[in-house]
Amino acid sequence: MSEQDTILGEHISSDYKYGFITDIEQEKAPIGLNEDTVRYISCRKNEPEWMLEWRLTAFRQWLKMKQPEWQNVHFPNIDFQSIIYYAATKKKPQYASLDEVDPELLAVYDKLGLPKEEQKLLAGVAVDFVMDSESVITTFKETLKEKGIIFCAISEAIREYPDLVKQYLGSVVPPRDNYYSALNSAVFSDGSFVFIPKGVRCPMELSTYFRINAQNTGQFERTLIICEDNAYVSYLEGCTAPMRDENQLHAAVVELVAMDNAEIKYSTVQNWYPGDKEGKGGIYNFVTKRGICKGINSKISWTQVETGSAITWKYPSCILKGENSIGEFYSVAVTNNYQQADTGTKMIHIGKNTRSRIVSKGISGGHSQNSYRGLVQVHKTAENAYNFSQCDSLLLGDKCGAHTFPYLEIKNKSAQVEHEATTSKIGEDLLFYCNQRGLSNEEAVDMIVNGYCKEVFKQLPMEFAVEAQKLLSISLEGSVG
Amino acid sequence: MLEIKNLHAKIGDKEILKGLNLTVKAGEVHAIMGPNGTGKSTLASIIAGKEDYEITAGEILFEGKNLLDLSPDERAREGVFLAFQYPVEIPGVSTTNFMKAAVNAKRKHHGQEPIVAKEFLAMMNEKRQLVELDKSYLSRSINEGFSGGEKKRNEIFQMAMLDPKLAILDETDSGLDIDALRIVADGVNKLKSKNNAFLVITHYQRLLNYIVPDFVHIMYDGRVVKTGDKSLALKMEERGYDWIKEEVGV
Ligand SMILES: Nc1ncnc2c1ncn2[C@@H]1O[C@H](COP(=O)(O)OP(=O)(O)O)[C@@H](O)[C@H]1O
Ligand SMILES: [Mg+2]
Repeated sequence: MSEQDTILGEHISSDYKYGFITDIEQEKAPIGLNEDTVRYISCRKNEPEWMLEWRLTAFRQWLKMKQPEWQNVHFPNIDFQSIIYYAATKKKPQYASLDEVDPELLAVYDKLGLPKEEQKLLAGVAVDFVMDSESVITTFKETLKEKGIIFCAISEAIREYPDLVKQYLGSVVPPRDNYYSALNSAVFSDGSFVFIPKGVRCPMELSTYFRINAQNTGQFERTLIICEDNAYVSYLEGCTAPMRDENQLHAAVVELVAMDNAEIKYSTVQNWYPGDKEGKGGIYNFVTKRGICKGINSKISWTQVETGSAITWKYPSCILKGENSIGEFYSVAVTNNYQQADTGTKMIHIGKNTRSRIVSKGISGGHSQNSYRGLVQVHKTAENAYNFSQCDSLLLGDKCGAHTFPYLEIKNKSAQVEHEATTSKIGEDLLFYCNQRGLSNEEAVDMIVNGYCKEVFKQLPMEFAVEAQKLLSISLEGSVG
Repeated sequence: MLEIKNLHAKIGDKEILKGLNLTVKAGEVHAIMGPNGTGKSTLASIIAGKEDYEITAGEILFEGKNLLDLSPDERAREGVFLAFQYPVEIPGVSTTNFMKAAVNAKRKHHGQEPIVAKEFLAMMNEKRQLVELDKSYLSRSINEGFSGGEKKRNEIFQMAMLDPKLAILDETDSGLDIDALRIVADGVNKLKSKNNAFLVITHYQRLLNYIVPDFVHIMYDGRVVKTGDKSLALKMEERGYDWIKEEVGV
């Protein structure tokens, strides 16, 4: 930090509210990242002092950290000083009508069967928001409220439920955990907060979709989900429609906490813009997702379908602390053209009789690179831990790559760990068989790939699964010659 | 329906078909017999459109159209069906889903709407009974963990579902016990009509006790060397392939 910045920082911290009055009127934070940026964001969010301190601590840690380099992905250096970290207002609609939107994008929306209103929303066309969906959301919120469930923006939670946030934020993913979690902790601007009280089964799937018009999902999203004893929730993140975003870097943090007998199902469909066929543009998606099974008999399941982004770097993980707790990871990662994905999971067994299950299906086409990276760690204390891992890779061509990096750290002899891995190609014989029944190459690949991913799709809520299947077909278009 | 004239085909440098002629009319059942490695499966694959082979001479007409101009899936949708000698497995894809896609692909090709679920299920039920295939097989992944006989019955079931104009059975009988053989043959006999035709490739005469052919062709070294009626098959079985070699002077 330059001397001037330091002076400015000191000045501001003494009376930052005053110092920022003029800035508050602006829509965006100035370009670049320093303590002022962090203060600006905190101030714009009307955050209490403790939150600002928390962010600043994270920021100072971040300054001392280095970008990780161990992943099997390649990209040019990110200039963190050329990014705008906060924009207050919703992006103005770019277009007046759908006629102005890229027809290729619209074709994809049509294939997904999205209603026109939703297409407009996603493509950045001005919409008159339909009253209908407003009222759906209202009813939805009332039902949740009756049960004592909290589902709101994280910024709202910081203001309204400070004790809960203070207790759990950063408790699963500490800011210093890694470079991007530190960055996120300093500058996150939005995300969801979910709290399911004791004994409550959330009666519906909670989805970010219901909040889509409340605010734009930020590039540094922060999600915190807490399930108290005997509570259950199924949470859906993302959207099957390809999302365009001017922000190239996305670094989200998701934390899950499951107490005694609680269960959290977290499903993601990630479909950020992957770049064009030559690999230009596209989003870098560096995510830290981790859940802790804190209580006995608790369970956390991650299910993800990853088709978007130029680069994906993410390892939804489970810390299995409570006795008899269960961690699951089901993943389909599709890469095509010049996409790169390095994804997998970590299962940390600490409690007795903890069990984990990993099912990973990587599918690569074009010139893409698809890596599975998984860690199974059994601590001394984890008597009778059990893990099963199944990692399959499917290659759709001969210019793409599939890689598997399984890591095992076993400190307790009673542990039972099984690992199976396969790499296959869609063989000529298989294609010919399908062709001979009247299916085109494209239909055949679709069918074969969907069959290949069935075990993962089965984990998704029905509607999401149907959309995910369609999404897969679209992502793989033209991947087989 | 099918007219093959002077067909020559090779794979790599190896010539496998060396001037094959064959004419099949609607309503007929033709049997092709011949020793191993003679090119019977090659012929079946070429009619179905497998791309590994290079056609160096000759032509194949299907209902007057040049079959070699069509892609394998177009041929299938036009009504060519091949019951494979070695059917493949497709993990995670049930026979039901597979057949639904196949039936709809054909319907679309002929300008029809996708089949209604109820109608489809009724059809599945009817056709599976034709080959005595248990209901549970339809929801399992295609051919995964099926016995040899079940795989072959599944092929005939698929044939029944797709109701082809020309059906080629490549050694569907090999590896079948006598009961399974009877089931498969019964299935074929029930599907036979004046509008379709069958090309039954077999190594043994015994299938032809159940599926009675109108013509029997003996294939040897990439050619049809002798054609006769069903008695030719019996003679073959009695005297062996050496007899043919002498008979046709190869
Ligand atoms: N893919 C291939 N590559 C090389 N040779 C092949 C291939 N397929 C078949 N052949 C050869 O072609 C000949 C005919 O084989 P095939 O048509 O399977 O005979 P049949 O079905 O009459 O037993 C055999 O000599 C076989 O080895
Ligand atoms: Mg053969």
